[in-house]
Amino acid sequence: MSLVERVLRQPIAWGVALAVILILAVSTLAIVPETKQAVIVRLGQPVAIVNGYKPSQDFGRTGAGLIARLPFVDRIVWVDKRVLDFDMQRQEVLSTDQLRLVVDAFARFRVVDPLRMVLTAGSERRVTEALQPILGSALRNELGKRPFATLLSPERGQVMDNIQKGLNRVAAQYGVEIVDVRIKRADLPAGTPLESAYQRMRTARQQEALTIRAQGLKQAQLIRADADAEASRIYSESFNKDPDFYDFYRAMQSYRHTFGIDGTTAEGSATIILSPSNDYLREFRGGK
Amino acid sequence: MESRTVQYPGDASGTVSNAEGGGPWGGGGSGGDDDGGLGPRNPWSQPPRKRPSLRKPGQAPAALDELLRRGRSRLGGRMPNGLESRALFGWALLAIVAIWIAFTSIWRIDPQERGVVTQLGRYSRILTPGMRVTLPAPFESVTKVVVEQTNTVDIGSTSADSQNLMLTGDQNIVDLAYSVRWKIRDPELYLFELADPEDTIREVAESAMREEVGRVSLNDAIGSQRGEIADRVQARMQELLNSYRAGVQVLGIAIKQADPPAAVNDAFKEVSAAQQTAETYINQARAYSQQLGAKASGEAQAFDKVYEQYRLAPEVTRRRMYYETMEDVLSKVDKTIVEAPGVTPYLALPEVRRRAAPAEEAQP
Repeated sequence: MSLVERVLRQPIAWGVALAVILILAVSTLAIVPETKQAVIVRLGQPVAIVNGYKPSQDFGRTGAGLIARLPFVDRIVWVDKRVLDFDMQRQEVLSTDQLRLVVDAFARFRVVDPLRMVLTAGSERRVTEALQPILGSALRNELGKRPFATLLSPERGQVMDNIQKGLNRVAAQYGVEIVDVRIKRADLPAGTPLESAYQRMRTARQQEALTIRAQGLKQAQLIRADADAEASRIYSESFNKDPDFYDFYRAMQSYRHTFGIDGTTAEGSATIILSPSNDYLREFRGGK
Repeated sequence: MESRTVQYPGDASGTVSNAEGGGPWGGGGSGGDDDGGLGPRNPWSQPPRKRPSLRKPGQAPAALDELLRRGRSRLGGRMPNGLESRALFGWALLAIVAIWIAFTSIWRIDPQERGVVTQLGRYSRILTPGMRVTLPAPFESVTKVVVEQTNTVDIGSTSADSQNLMLTGDQNIVDLAYSVRWKIRDPELYLFELADPEDTIREVAESAMREEVGRVSLNDAIGSQRGEIADRVQARMQELLNSYRAGVQVLGIAIKQADPPAAVNDAFKEVSAAQQTAETYINQARAYSQQLGAKASGEAQAFDKVYEQYRLAPEVTRRRMYYETMEDVLSKVDKTIVEAPGVTPYLALPEVRRRAAPAEEAQP
């Protein structure tokens, strides 16, 4: 309570003292978060890097934390430590087989040398601005050397690697490492190329439809032929036991059918003129 | 508090209200005149004193005046009860500090959350669900991250007016809509590694999907291989995100729509119509086949049965069948028997037909 009393007795003096301490503390101490790298610039001369990027370093073992600096002399330039990205503007690319493609790409990068980055570019945004056109031209060059179909094949990975390598050479000048370059989209531009692709798809489908119909007919024919063959086999297997009897049996069936006895055909009428020598009328004549 | 109350009315209004019927402000003024003269001069009590003629004595309530005076003495800080107020000040400070500590060092972490603790900026540890205590604010800070919740990123849409076109391996175009389900696996990586994790996930998904679709044919993409494509995209995404150390787990890809573009849809419908037609042809042939098979086996079996009997007595059966058939046949038709040999019979065929016609008419 005595401290409080003393403070209250001379509030202005204590207030000033507190303010001075606070200002000193703020300008001396700085908290470096995990997501930032700090370049300490002493009177315009970079002297140290705090929490610089090291590959696959575990969080908690990095240089992040409380740091002290000379007040009013040291200036801290913050540089992002995270993986950053930039998109490339959509652009048309012409492949070796004269096909146009609209390509969207993005690159991910990380500042690995904050000092160089600060000296050459100043800020992450400027690095992006510098790299963007280079990504565009690298992409155009690389894709211009290849046929269209390459982009739709496993070779695409190879293309991306080449672009990344090319871009990395430039990026290294800015203390930046390209983590990954990827083509997001590779589309046919609207208008004639897209329309002709559609046309090709349409005709391919029409052809497919015709083929399917023809195949269906063919299969149907085969099934019918099989059925005929099978029926024939069944008949012959059975009838071949006694061809002579079959002949007789079938003749009887045929007569019945022809003269409309079995009820299936009753069309027309018939008149039979028999000679007495007919076998049927054999007994008609009263024996031999 | 006190200063505000006194500042309000100003001298003019206070005077007017006093003249009109003795409001509380006027009363305050009169009290100030009576007792304020002894204490330190207060500028606020002066206006009424300047014009004492307007004041009507006996109308002033004393309570407010008392309050004012007490307030004045507190401001001056030379009274014995100032010490009491200092204690109050101390307690208030203590309370503020206590609240500060309570709010910034006690954390409730919900079951689906994890708390990432940074100690003066440096990553320190992960808080698991429950009530957790950390150092107060400037020293440790906690960022809560929801890890158990499944997040969904939709790419493309299933509605008719928007298309998400992709090139397939056979240079056709497919309209694809899919969603990516993901969750945070390592909260600290998620927080510290990527500048924009959600955007990264979206871009990686799009890139991986296009890469995979570029490897399959259109028919595979819209048909049989959708499941495999989804699996491969998931694996590819996980691989890429791991290479970024994103701390994200891809739970699955759901291909919601994989259709040919609207512009060529009619041609695709034609294909399915052709498939239907072909199916019809085949079905008809199968029906014919069944019919014929049944007929053949029926006839063959009938023959077999008759033949079995025939074999037992061939001659008799044969004659019997012959006569039965002839009987049936001849009983139904007109018969003409020409008996005399050597006579060439005259047979008028039209006559025969005429005879047959009425007979037939009579029959039904």
